[in-house]
Amino acid sequence: MTRVFVEGSEALAAAAIAAGCRFFAGYPMTPFTGLLDHMAKMLPEAGGVVVNAESELEAVGMAWGALATGARAATGSTGQGLSLMQESLSEITRAELPLVVFNLARGQADYFQATRGGGHGDYRHIVLAPIDIHEAVAHTQMAFHLADRWRNPVLIYGDYLLAHTYESVDIGPMDFPELPPKDWAVDGSLGGTGRSRNLNPIGMTKGSKGIEPQSFLDRLNLKCEAMAREEMRFESEFCEDAELLVVAFGTLAKFVRFVVRQMREEGLRVGYARPISLWPFPSEDLRAAAAGVREVAVLEMNAGQMIDDVRLAILGDAPVTAIGGISMDEAGFGIGPLLDPDTIRCRVEALLRLKEKVA
Amino acid sequence: MSSSKSNLPILSTQAPPSEPATHLGGPHPDLLLDGDHDLCPGCGEPVAIRLLLEAIEELGCGQSSIATVGIGCYTAFTSIIDLDLVQALHGRAPSVATGIKRMRPESLVFTLQGDGDMVNEGLQEVLHTAARGENVTCVLLNNGVFGETGGHMTATTVLGQRTKNSLEGRDAAYHGQPILIGEMLASLDGTAYAARGSVADATSISRTRRMLKKAFQAQLNGEGFSFVEILTMCPTGWFIETARGPAYMSEVMGSVHVTGELKSGQ
Repeated sequence: MTRVFVEGSEALAAAAIAAGCRFFAGYPMTPFTGLLDHMAKMLPEAGGVVVNAESELEAVGMAWGALATGARAATGSTGQGLSLMQESLSEITRAELPLVVFNLARGQADYFQATRGGGHGDYRHIVLAPIDIHEAVAHTQMAFHLADRWRNPVLIYGDYLLAHTYESVDIGPMDFPELPPKDWAVDGSLGGTGRSRNLNPIGMTKGSKGIEPQSFLDRLNLKCEAMAREEMRFESEFCEDAELLVVAFGTLAKFVRFVVRQMREEGLRVGYARPISLWPFPSEDLRAAAAGVREVAVLEMNAGQMIDDVRLAILGDAPVTAIGGISMDEAGFGIGPLLDPDTIRCRVEALLRLKEKVA
Repeated sequence: MSSSKSNLPILSTQAPPSEPATHLGGPHPDLLLDGDHDLCPGCGEPVAIRLLLEAIEELGCGQSSIATVGIGCYTAFTSIIDLDLVQALHGRAPSVATGIKRMRPESLVFTLQGDGDMVNEGLQEVLHTAARGENVTCVLLNNGVFGETGGHMTATTVLGQRTKNSLEGRDAAYHGQPILIGEMLASLDGTAYAARGSVADATSISRTRRMLKKAFQAQLNGEGFSFVEILTMCPTGWFIETARGPAYMSEVMGSVHVTGELKSGQ
């Protein structure tokens, strides 16, 4: 395996292709456009297909069809484009198709969209929020595996920083446990045998009239509960004797981790925690990491979204305070003034000093 | 006729039949699991679906076809159509079919949609699929109403037609003009074959079967997008007596949505 110095968008495309993605459809929108560009260039060379869809609605519909044949397929956009896809994202989940969807978002304000979903009905997507391009390459490959394993969509939550910065990374196929063959995929071969397939999001099956929504939805919910138990991912540093625990996700967390390490070197009792999977939210790990801290600070670049999940995880063990906020550049791409170690340090230190004063 | 019908008893034509025709065994296409359906009496959709399945059988594509079905009354058939099948959202079937075909170019890939599905909610999808010359076949069952919701106006409802939300008849000034989807699709360069048939009577039924076979053949030849629109009766949604369905369809709908081949490679 060789290291290459690449832009995030290209790394994501290469990782998806290394994972076996053979179909991609999308509609350009900054900062997702770069991924579409690279897919359009690289995927046909790998024997795959990229379709420039007439809108995000059709992009997700085309991916739906490709997935139905058993191919590994993906789509993506920014949060704005994902808003258009929500109806299909919800239905694809109930049709149990293993979609990988990229949200290269304009900042962190799509946390609710990613973790709650904007579509109808009961459904969940596994949501991975890589901290940098290196991790995004691994997450992308893992996303295709997890989507197939659970027959459930997996969302990669990235942003402008991830899409448009460069890193030196290894991109090569990763090993994952073997999965059962996709005998559910349509290939036309079972027509006329009485055993033909019906990939259906409302629980309609072949040979029986009507649907049984209760048992169908109960089964999907049991699967969802199993995903919630098994797919939590979390990292933390310096939590044992921390007075203040700072929680962040995605690329912003790399700045927070840097600041916390720096403050620790100076003897300040600060800890760092990062939900790697935004859904399932690693509540138990976070609560354990926060045991004994005087306060939990949440740093996110939005008006306060992940803080809801942090509060639900902490269960009142410590006060939870928002120290982030809306942070925008002039173009609205989410590259705001908060993406700066000094600014982050000021906010963390202010809360720490305030606590010391109160104590 | 396919060989599977050859075992039917031969009737004497010397005297009127002594029993109703349905007692003769109720043959249904091999690609249908059950001959019964739950749609309304006089509905044209079961006839159209039968033609569709017979056309696939006759082309020998029973074990190489993938259906993408939209949302409407005909969706009830997804449990008995014996083909590999993907249920799509309202309007989205042409995009889903695109994804299927791109991954399985050797399969016969078609959509089954109604007018509310294709021409209202999914107009953009079917137009772009045709414009791309996507090598799939879209089949439209056009009855000019949302039948499943109980007879509401669609984009193909003809002027003057009464529906639940055009009670005094469709008025161009108030409700707008109907869309002639077949002509619209035929005008696109990506479309290889487009035709509008009907299930009003025996003649139109056999013409429509030929249209379906030509559309599928165009796909098998790799000629590009193919389209067959089939006018189907909906006496329930039209608020007319069941027996009047075919005549009403030919007179009221057929004068606007005129049947015939709209584009053909030949």
